[in-house]
Amino acid sequence: MLRAVGAESLEALARVPEEVAVRAPISVPPALPETHVLERITALAARNSAQEYTSFLGAGAYRHYVPPVVTALAARGEFLTSYTPYQAEVSQGYLQAIYEWQTYIALLTGLDVANASVYDGATALAEGAIMAVNATGRRKILVSRGVHPNYRAVLGTYARGPELAVDELPYAADGTTDFSQLPAALAGREYAALVVQSPNFFGVIDPLPQAFIDLIRSSGTLVVGVTAEALALAALATPRSWGAEIAVGEGQSFGVALAYGGPYVGFIAATQEHLRRIPGRLVGKTLDKEGREAYVLTLQAREQHIRREKATSNICTNQAHCALIATIYLAALGKSGLKACASLNLRRAHELIERVAALPGFERRFGAHFFNEVVVRVPGRAADVLDHLERCKILGGVDLGRWYPELRDCILMAATELTTPAQIDRLVTALSHFGARAEGHAAIRE
Amino acid sequence: MSDQPVPLIFRSGGEGRANRYFEGGPEVGELLPHTLLREELPLPDNSELDVVRHFTRLSQRTIAIDSAFYPLGSCTMKYNPRVNEAAAALPALRDLHPFTPDAAAQGALAIMWELERALASLFGMAAFSLNPSAGAHAELAALLIAKAYFGERGETDRRAVIVPDTAHGTNPASAAMVGYKVVSLTSDERGRVDPRELAAAVGPTTAVCMMTNPNTLGLFEDRIVEIARIVHDAGGLMYYDGANANALMGIARPGDMGFDLMHLNLHKTFSIPHGGGGAGAGPIGVAPQLVDFLPTPVVVADMQEDGWRASDDRVFRLDFDRPRSIGPMRSFWSNFAHVVRALTYLYANGLEGLLRVSQLAVLNANYLRVALRDVLDMPYDEPCRHEFVASAQTLKREKGVRALDLAKALLDRGYHAPTIYFPLLVAEALMIEPTETESKETLDAFVKALREIVAVAESNPQAIRETPEETVVRRPDEARAARTPDLRWRAR
Amino acid sequence: MAQPAGLLFSREHEWVKFDGDVATVGISDYAQESLGDIVYVELPRVGSLLKQFGNAGVVESVKAVSDIFTPVGGEVVEVNESLEDEPAKVNRDPFGDGWLFKVKVSDPKERENLLSGEQYDAFLAEQSS
Repeated sequence: MLRAVGAESLEALARVPEEVAVRAPISVPPALPETHVLERITALAARNSAQEYTSFLGAGAYRHYVPPVVTALAARGEFLTSYTPYQAEVSQGYLQAIYEWQTYIALLTGLDVANASVYDGATALAEGAIMAVNATGRRKILVSRGVHPNYRAVLGTYARGPELAVDELPYAADGTTDFSQLPAALAGREYAALVVQSPNFFGVIDPLPQAFIDLIRSSGTLVVGVTAEALALAALATPRSWGAEIAVGEGQSFGVALAYGGPYVGFIAATQEHLRRIPGRLVGKTLDKEGREAYVLTLQAREQHIRREKATSNICTNQAHCALIATIYLAALGKSGLKACASLNLRRAHELIERVAALPGFERRFGAHFFNEVVVRVPGRAADVLDHLERCKILGGVDLGRWYPELRDCILMAATELTTPAQIDRLVTALSHFGARAEGHAAIRE
Repeated sequence: MSDQPVPLIFRSGGEGRANRYFEGGPEVGELLPHTLLREELPLPDNSELDVVRHFTRLSQRTIAIDSAFYPLGSCTMKYNPRVNEAAAALPALRDLHPFTPDAAAQGALAIMWELERALASLFGMAAFSLNPSAGAHAELAALLIAKAYFGERGETDRRAVIVPDTAHGTNPASAAMVGYKVVSLTSDERGRVDPRELAAAVGPTTAVCMMTNPNTLGLFEDRIVEIARIVHDAGGLMYYDGANANALMGIARPGDMGFDLMHLNLHKTFSIPHGGGGAGAGPIGVAPQLVDFLPTPVVVADMQEDGWRASDDRVFRLDFDRPRSIGPMRSFWSNFAHVVRALTYLYANGLEGLLRVSQLAVLNANYLRVALRDVLDMPYDEPCRHEFVASAQTLKREKGVRALDLAKALLDRGYHAPTIYFPLLVAEALMIEPTETESKETLDAFVKALREIVAVAESNPQAIRETPEETVVRRPDEARAARTPDLRWRAR
Repeated sequence: MAQPAGLLFSREHEWVKFDGDVATVGISDYAQESLGDIVYVELPRVGSLLKQFGNAGVVESVKAVSDIFTPVGGEVVEVNESLEDEPAKVNRDPFGDGWLFKVKVSDPKERENLLSGEQYDAFLAEQSS
């Protein structure tokens, strides 16, 4: 081959000008034969101790049962190693799977159209807010403090580019958004969007109250409904039903591995009116030249590779494989499985808080209804309780003081269908020993 | 490929078909007030076997690297090693929650740190962030970093991003998202950035010059050091679009060329599977003066080093306390499963392996270029790097056969077509990137197929214009799809 | 190729026909040809005030989305609503049925900033060289 291209050697062929050729020593891992590669990664992985712990962690990423059929189907080489379906004729399978994802998201959110997915819930919110800005021409956004703090932070990062202003609505005593200031805020007709999450970061079910829907509509502000725990969509009233014209959120709960934070899968859905503002890829159904049904990527003229600087977004990659996993999960569970899963989540979270709140010094912090996460007020600092629990090999939840200084005595705990009564027992026992730490650790670990 | 259409999943299933994954119990309606609940959940129940058949059949109607040669220029469709998948599937990594306290996640942090240190050394940057989810995401982060950097220095007039006309579409789109204005540079007759044009375009309003090297024509920007100096002298920053990094590993480093910011596409260069269009991972690298601006969180070791070393005796934590950072770009810390895959790939290759990857990528591309020289137009007929751009201009002019038609004809022969109509600079462009994982036999067979197609195009052009003939659908009506969008199934 | 008589043109490939103080606006044949199959047209709202050469909407085809820059300023008095169902009219008859919108001209002197049919032809010839 070298002869065919007229080169003396690989080095000669690949040579670059002297002034940029690598000089300094490069240090990367040494090459290992494959047996040792897996051994090495396994050894690194073994430095994690979390897999031995009982976990009540939630806060935007949820531990759910993934039926092995989902993993097996998604691992098929055709799904794993294909590219974006730009050549529609040879990608009908993947295109159809994404069309099914788009349909599932539309059905779950109650909205008209959904795109082929975006990176995750936080960036979905940022893109959704930008849609509202483009739709209304306004440059301010009103966000509830009940929205996931990481999502709000990412919105802030994205808002810096086009210099958008972000204002916040506080939360009320019962854990829902305090909407009392809303009429005054809307009167100035300055907000492109009102962003509300339900269930919110505290696990509390927090839809926009029906009484405000007409007011919002007439003010010209768009409601952006956020969902971080997608499973909730299977049980709770849809974002559309409480006024959302744009629904965004995180689909990780639908079979996507926790994997220390990613890759996950964000969704964006909207009413028909906003169709042409939706960023990212869209799969559509059409006919081929012989009248057969065919799927294609469509409305691409709005995307970066064509519209360039006037694109709806710069987004290129979607999260196709994660969206596929979610689609398979939704197909495997079906309506019955999702309902059963949702009700189990609800029950376990209620059992959890009933038993924890029965302990002296511990109580449920917010009175509003919740889904599968609940905030526990502890005696003293949440950080201290969590440390104690960690020593008992329990990951008790997330210290809310990290983002809400006024809640530094509060832990956000999640329970899912994988949470067992025995695990709740261990948690309760450990908490009850919080005062007498030393004896507690020994007793729990037995 | 299976030509049996597969009915939508919504059209099948029914009562009694549910799979029993969970224990039964009271319904949600018995636990929450009805005003909070949805009225109905209009999703089908399908038995697990029917779900398996549905998705298996869909997979059989999808082309992939596993089944076909996929010479998509700019995408680096190399083999996705399965050992990477095994690594990512290790339960200790796969099931790790992002809010796991640092002390219980030392393995994951060690993996992130090792990858970051290796990338920094391999590409000549001071530090990387593994935060961004994709190349475009990283570009956005980079421009936000530039904006913050110039903001601190009071140079808020710097709002122009200089982009060659060969750039990827994400470059100008990202610039617009940051409130920057794009200034396009016309490439010279050699297909490269012309330093004189660049010198005329830079000035006190220049923020960033975004380029890739080799560029999207597959040509090495041999005057890159001069180009970087021109931009730096004007007070601007140089950004490297890492889409073409597969051409350079162990050979040249963007940091040495003068780039201050860069991104990588782990799903291109580092063998992460493309998965039908994502998820990707787009680490962003920076020069020393920009390290503090990286998105949060950053993995820090109790003792920092230059270059990679085994992490075994270090203690790690996630650092969120970075006052000059542009902030977070995403919900959590990184596309960690891909970080695992990339580190696995690094361990499997080592430096010699990566060097060989790049050298063979260059060899394979040149082999195809030389073999196809007399079959297609070569607008820039010189040694290329890992990809090259051919053109169907003559065929179009003389026979009315376009790049699109050649692409469709290739589909009939079981190949995925090359990238077409990009870069915009070349009419009827076909961008071909074989990658290093393809054998000589595969390349020879591809050349043969393309020769045959062109021969048919010359004697019977209509036949090629009517392709594909063998695929399960043929030339979907895209205008119709865009005019009357049907983006989802609806119940009657 | 000769442009239809009685029209003036802008460098952004729009045409305008004056009828008293009302001007009808559309895109040229060259524009519709370059865009390809038009799938969607976003028109300005009736009653909105446009400035000459300002943004007045968007024409979208499968392969591109192109801004419409109005060749005359004034108040929008009518839009071609039939384009919502039949955007392809713009391809079929760009100078006739494919008209986009009508404007009540605020400053007749703005005509001087426009090109005649011949000048537009010359402009096109220059572009392609």
